Amino acid sequence: MAYNCVVAIKQVPDTKRITGEAMNADGTVNRGALPAVFNPEDLNALELALDIKDKFGGKVTVITMGLPAASTVLREALYRGADDAILITDRKAAASDTLATSYILSCAVKKLDYDIVLCGRQAIDGDTAQVGPQMAEKLGIPQVTYIEELLTMENRHLSARRNIGNGWQEIKCKLPVLMTVIDEANEPRVPVAIKLMKYKKARTPIEIQMQLKKENPNASDAELKQLADMKIAELAKQGLLIKQWDLNELQADMQWCGRDGSPTKVHRIQSVVLTARESKTVEASEQGITDMIHELITDKTIS
Amino acid sequence: MISVNPKGEVWVFAEQHEGKLEDIGLELLGRARMLGDQLGVKVGAVLIGDNIKGLAQKLVHYGADKVYVVQHPLLGHYQTNSYSKVIYDLVHKYQPQIMIYGASSCGRDLAPRVASAVKAGLTADCTDLQIGDHENKSEGKTYNNLLLQIRPAFGGNIIATIINYDRWPQMATVREGVMPMPEPVVTRKGEIVEEQIQIGKEELPIEILREHRQPKKVNLKASRIVVAGGAGVGSKENFRLIWDLANSLGAAPGATRAAVDLGFIDRDYQVGQTGTTVRPSLYIAIGISGAIQHQAGMAESQKIIAINSDPQAPIFDVAHYKIVGDLNDIVPKMIKAIKARV
Repeated sequence: MAYNCVVAIKQVPDTKRITGEAMNADGTVNRGALPAVFNPEDLNALELALDIKDKFGGKVTVITMGLPAASTVLREALYRGADDAILITDRKAAASDTLATSYILSCAVKKLDYDIVLCGRQAIDGDTAQVGPQMAEKLGIPQVTYIEELLTMENRHLSARRNIGNGWQEIKCKLPVLMTVIDEANEPRVPVAIKLMKYKKARTPIEIQMQLKKENPNASDAELKQLADMKIAELAKQGLLIKQWDLNELQADMQWCGRDGSPTKVHRIQSVVLTARESKTVEASEQGITDMIHELITDKTIS
Repeated sequence: MISVNPKGEVWVFAEQHEGKLEDIGLELLGRARMLGDQLGVKVGAVLIGDNIKGLAQKLVHYGADKVYVVQHPLLGHYQTNSYSKVIYDLVHKYQPQIMIYGASSCGRDLAPRVASAVKAGLTADCTDLQIGDHENKSEGKTYNNLLLQIRPAFGGNIIATIINYDRWPQMATVREGVMPMPEPVVTRKGEIVEEQIQIGKEELPIEILREHRQPKKVNLKASRIVVAGGAGVGSKENFRLIWDLANSLGAAPGATRAAVDLGFIDRDYQVGQTGTTVRPSLYIAIGISGAIQHQAGMAESQKIIAINSDPQAPIFDVAHYKIVGDLNDIVPKMIKAIKARV
């Protein structure tokens, strides 16, 4: 029995490697200064989907929503064994909060034939862990969060072990279902050389258009369109065209997308300046340490 | 969504498992009380389960004016669909202006499902909640008395304040341990509202096969003093120093993520953004460089002692007492000084 999996992935700034230049003077984030990476737990979600494909057959489709550059993570998924990749990109999707993002992603998933939707538990830029459960609600399917191990898959039912923070829980559920996967679940596989050689040439239509415009600065719009159509047809024939959908294609209701579709708004952003407080340097000598302990006993910090 | 309703109550999801209230719900009641008093509205707690009415009075003691009790045999175990349906129905019936949940594994599973169904906003893992005004310059309009939902983002490198001025209720999950636990007032009176809710098997798509909840080995949050070690401690054997100092003070040992990853100590002891947030009277940071993710979990401590051989270590920026030197030399001296006074 084969199962079709859809994995929702995200390209994120690598918040673990934040340096001084990553923050602007006004406290906002200079995204350009941060390397963009495949969100770590989304790799665990992809690994679980590929594992299901290896064991039971079926198809793995990866989807992402973001800027045209987000196709990088789609290619990385293809290198690892995903069968199909879809980029959702649209200026009108900008400034979407988790609610609007989950709406747009659910519109895309509804167009696909799926048994299981997988997401990483959370993305390292926002750490919200909200888009998965919100997407499940919009798809009208159950959610199983914090998956650390898939136990069985039979007769369109799965059983799995969840990490519930202070313990674990084993559950059984009928498909279709949405799962969010944690980093303890597995060790994501590395890209396969032969797939890397093939899919490094895979492109989305918008990447093709941007590339042609750069290569032919003097070409007219009509000429560029003709060139792009040719290139798109060529890649499609080779199985190297990454699908690209906009909100129109998804027939998304604009009132639930982008800024208008986002109930949460940013009131203020402050960069973290941990204030130097009243502090004293203590000599590492016996006297220095004894004095400090005495002071802490006197002010009743140590009772 | 419900419309903007400044007379609406401030609600807390009172998480319980197996008939025992979780601390987080009580912590949230303390802050909800403050928000409710500021807004001049009542504080409500939502208590869902089977045979749990007896817990309601405790919620009143911790600050609730009203406890909405929803009991049903099918609600004995938490399930996303059944619990979110209950909250969805209550939110539409009573139109609270604010609803807060713990950012526990349960709260972070439940709240987004509710938010999606209600089509309201939700801010994850807040570390502070306040009431304030928001000026929207492009609309030339000021929104008064909104819930300011304050949280770290970008791996703790920025603090974002989020608001929701049009699609209510204003909802947030709140990190465990960041709101001080209120003192219960046993004379406080409140109203217990029993709600009848229709619930069917279709709201229970998950079959729970087995479950194991273990009490945490250490209660870092409840400790007045935390002695924490980082990668700089060097080895699991050397981590003995941290235990020894902790024992001499009656303190809880703690650790950074790096020390946990290196296998010096169990993950239950981890302090920081991905571990436990603590705010003890005294925090002793030993061999800890002070990554922002660690500081996020301890910077609110009343007093901080930092011991590090590197005078440039960021931990010194938040320390009240800075000791530059070799921890193998300094920690035994501290133990000696502490023992000398008893």
